[in-house]
Formats: sequence, C-alpha cells, structure tokens
Amino acid sequence: MRYSGWQVIAKGLRGQRGWQPAWRDPAPKLAYQVIIIGAGGHGLATAYYLAKNHGITDVAVLERGWLGGGNVGRNTTIVRANYHLDGNTEFYSHSLKLWEGLEQELNYNVMMSQRGIINLAHSDGQMDFYARRGNAMRMQGDDAELLDRDRVRRAYPGLNHDNPRFPILGGLRQRRAGTARHDAVAWGFARGADRRGVDLVQNCEVTGFRIERGRVTGVETTRGFIGAGKVGMAVAGRTSQVAQMAGLRLPIESHVLQAFVTEGLKPVLPGVVTFGMGHFYISQSDKGGLVYGGDLDFYNSYAARGNLPMIEHVHEAGMALMPMLGRARMLRHWGGIMDMSMDGSPIIDRTPIDGLYLNGGWCYGGFKATPASGWCFAHLIATDRPSPHAMRLRLDRFETGHVLDEEGTGAQPNKH
Amino acid sequence: MRLTCPLCGDRDSREFSYLGSATLSDRPADDAPFDAWHEYVHLRDNPAGPNAELWHHVSGCSAWLHVVRDTRNHQVLSIRLAEEGA
Ligand SMILES: Cc1cc2nc3c(=O)[nH]c(=O)nc-3n(C[C@H](O)[C@H](O)[C@H](O)COP(=O)(O)OP(=O)(O)OC[C@H]3O[C@@H](n4cnc5c(N)ncnc54)[C@H](O)[C@@H]3O)c2cc1C
Ligand SMILES: [Zn+2]
Repeated sequence: MRYSGWQVIAKGLRGQRGWQPAWRDPAPKLAYQVIIIGAGGHGLATAYYLAKNHGITDVAVLERGWLGGGNVGRNTTIVRANYHLDGNTEFYSHSLKLWEGLEQELNYNVMMSQRGIINLAHSDGQMDFYARRGNAMRMQGDDAELLDRDRVRRAYPGLNHDNPRFPILGGLRQRRAGTARHDAVAWGFARGADRRGVDLVQNCEVTGFRIERGRVTGVETTRGFIGAGKVGMAVAGRTSQVAQMAGLRLPIESHVLQAFVTEGLKPVLPGVVTFGMGHFYISQSDKGGLVYGGDLDFYNSYAARGNLPMIEHVHEAGMALMPMLGRARMLRHWGGIMDMSMDGSPIIDRTPIDGLYLNGGWCYGGFKATPASGWCFAHLIATDRPSPHAMRLRLDRFETGHVLDEEGTGAQPNKH
Repeated sequence: MRLTCPLCGDRDSREFSYLGSATLSDRPADDAPFDAWHEYVHLRDNPAGPNAELWHHVSGCSAWLHVVRDTRNHQVLSIRLAEEGA
C-alpha cells in the first residue's frame, strides 16, 4: 500500500480500518544470497539499498530482539554534516543529501526537520577552529556559517550567554542539519526493504558463524543454521561479540550513553544546540519535550542503562548553558550501548574472512549516518569494493596510521 | 557503583577515573614488533561479562587499581593494587 494524504483521510473516515501491516513476519528460509545481522537503522538501510541500488533481493535481516529496539530507537536524533576531516566529510555529506530525499524515497514520513544546528564557541581558539571547520564543510559543498555573539543571542535568547566561565562568543551554524523521528527511520527502511522482497526475521539471534576454508558459508542462530553467500554485521554495541564469533578482535569498546527528555513545553529552542565545553547537546521535539544528552558513563558497559553520576553531570552542564532547564521536569532517561572505536570514527569494510563484512564503530553519531551507512555497506557487499563515499572508513587504518581522529583524542574510546 | 580501594576502603565511583582494559599495563618493549604495538594500542577483547581493567583513585590515594568488573551489571568481582602485577 502506498501511503498518501488521501489514504489518511479515506481510512480516517472509515474508522481507521483497512490498514495493513507495514512488513511481513516471515520464518527464515534455509539460505540467502546475503544475510545482514542486526535490524537497527544501518542493517535495515543496507538491506534496502542492496535491493534498490544493486538488485539483490534474496536478503534476510536477522534481529535478536525486535526491529528498531536498539540504538536506532534510543538516540537524540541529531542529523548533521559538520565534520572536518577528509574521509568523514564526504561520507556525512552524502548522508545528509540522502536524508533530504528520504521521505519521498521511502514513501514514509521520517519527520526530517531541518531546523539547524549551532555549535557554541566560548574562546578565540574555538572560534578559529570553527572557522576552519566551517571552511572544510563548505569545501565539501555543504553549508556552514560562522555566527558572532549577537547572532547567536538573537537566535537563542534563552541560553545563558554571559556565563562567567563559558561566555558565548559565537558559533558555527549548519542550517541543513536538524532532527528526524528515529523509530520512523527504522520502520521506513524496514517497509521499503520488505516491499522489495527482503525477509526481516525478528527474535533470531546469531550465535555463531560457519566458516569453511576462510570463507563464510552461513550463520548459526537461535532458529537454526541459515546458509549465506555473504554476511554483513551491523550490530552496533554488540560488534565486538559478534565479530569474536568469527575469531576477530577489533579496535572497539562498548560504552553506555544516556539520553533524557523533559515534559512537553512551549517552543523555546528553534534548533539543535551543542555546548562542547560541557559536552551537552539539546533540541526540542515536536511534542515539546527537551531532548538532551552528554557524555558516556566512561567505563565499558553492556548494561543498557546508565548510572546516576552521569545524570548529575549532564544536568550540571545543562544548567550552566540553559538555567531554565531547572524548571522543567525530566520525564524519562535511558541508555544505549555504543560501539566506540579507537579514533572515534566508523568502520565500513571487508574482514579477513571472505564474504564477511563489518559495519561498526559508530560511537555517538551513527543515527545521522543511517542512510549513507546502508548505501555504502550495500555497495561494499554487492561489489566487494568500497563506495567512493566511504573510501577511508577502513578497518586497517589503525595499523597503517591513517586514523580519522576527528576529535583529536587518540586511541582512547572513552575520551571521544 | 562503588569501588573498594585496598588502601582507602569503600568509595563512590566518582572518586575514580577509568583508563581501560588491564592489558594497558602490559606495555610491549620499545623494540617489540609492530603488530604487538598495534594490538596494545588499538585492539580490545571488550567482553560482555568479567573485564579486567585499570582504575585510578584520583580523588583518593592516587593508586592505580586492577579491577575485575562484570560489564553487564557493574558487579565488582575483585580489586587489588595494579603494582602487585598480574
Ligand atoms: C543515547 C544515545 C544518543 C544518541 N544520539 C545520537 C544523535 O543525536 N545523532 C546521531 O547521529 N547518533 C546518535 N546516537 C548513535 C546512534 O544511535 C547509533 O550509532 C546507531 O543507531 C547505530 O546503528 P544501528 O541503528 O544500526 O544500531 P542498533 O539500532 O543498535 O542496531 C543493532 C541491532 O543489532 C542487533 N543485534 C545485536 N547482536 C545481534 C545478534 N547476535 N544477532 C542478531 N541481532 C543482533 C541488536 O538487537 C540491534 O537491534 C546515539 C546513541 C545513543 C545510545
Ligand atoms: Zn585509594
């Protein structure tokens, strides 16, 4: 069924009867040409683009829990393309362009809202750095504007501009950045993949690989063995465990990141604001809730919930930036397990095992990458060559010294 | 989460700073093969379960601690001074 405004009205007049499930719930077949592990945003987008761009439809996405229950449904939904290193800039630029056409592409409302982002600056050094970063973004063909103090003040009167420790001196704005409805992104790609013949198999955990003479031939699962010509891993926080079943040891640690939302308020924040000095970022959802987050808990974790000290720390940073936050009631908070890579940048590459491909290391920022990650991973799996948009997201860059150390924090995943 | 420092006793986790896997105290020799350095700097077991790791009691006695902690639930299984060796 094609979704349209007309369908909404027609079905509404008939008491919302006649809607069909957005995707099938098939039992796994004995074998597939391609298996993708993980029905998060990246796995689902990969399946979609395998079918759409490469005509490969004999594909299954295997998910241990329910579709969209991982980080794709837990993030603070910020979409942006404001990176400064070659290797990252072209990738995120491609992603933002895909976001801009995603709703038409998927015939699904992902509520992509280009409300803009401002990274705040508090020192001359930071202003210089943002000028450089903005230039890198423009060289890539994306938009960037350096704002002075007054322009930030006009755009966001509700912030504490005269904090004695971190006065706001200006900022870097990208107008094409914004937010999207995270669940809808998973559901839209799921529906699109399903309609092209991909099997989405939930409650099906991959528990091992079958590897013969250096080549993967299928996966062991809680629903039995499933054969495959090629297998792609897109399991985010579980990347190390799944790769370990194939004997791989990766430059990744898993850490918990928390997020928070307040009760619904009248509009106070027109776009996304990041406060780097407190590593705090905030936006306002369409329902009015303030959605915000901060640092990792800072130690390896697979507990999909956070601890209290970081909750306190995030709120201290939030109060420093936006004292009105203290009047809002926090409704919910939650955590997700992040695959933190050693240089803070992602990996989309082959592995030493033939037919086994790796998509991981997304750190804090894999939601914005969802469409491009799927696009590039599908290209890699279909052609065995990296997509031109992801040439440098290589697994061997740590060995060769071509790291993408966007934040300048080196080989310390808990510092990114 | 609380950690029991062998020197200071039971303390709030906020007194400690986390470095990472305890493999970081097995530093390869300066002239060790390149692969050994790559593994040391970049590769991690990253287990979901007991993990041996290094914590620094920065706001306490300043000792480096070797802690075995279950990464699924933050239960601390053992703590000793890192200088006591493996
Ligand atoms: C609190 C928080 C805030 C964030 N904020 C932002 C943000 O503002 N902007 C941004 O760009 N990014 C953000 N991120 C990061 C982003 O959400 C992730 O990088 C991204 O969602 C990861 O890719 P994914 O969607 O494919 O992961 P997931 O949705 O986690 O998908 C992985 C799937 O693999 C499944 N799986 C794991 N192991 C197995 C197995 N053995 N067999 C079968 N299936 C398995 C899991 O169940 C899961 O469904 C945030 C993350 C968190 C936690
Ligand atoms: Zn101590």
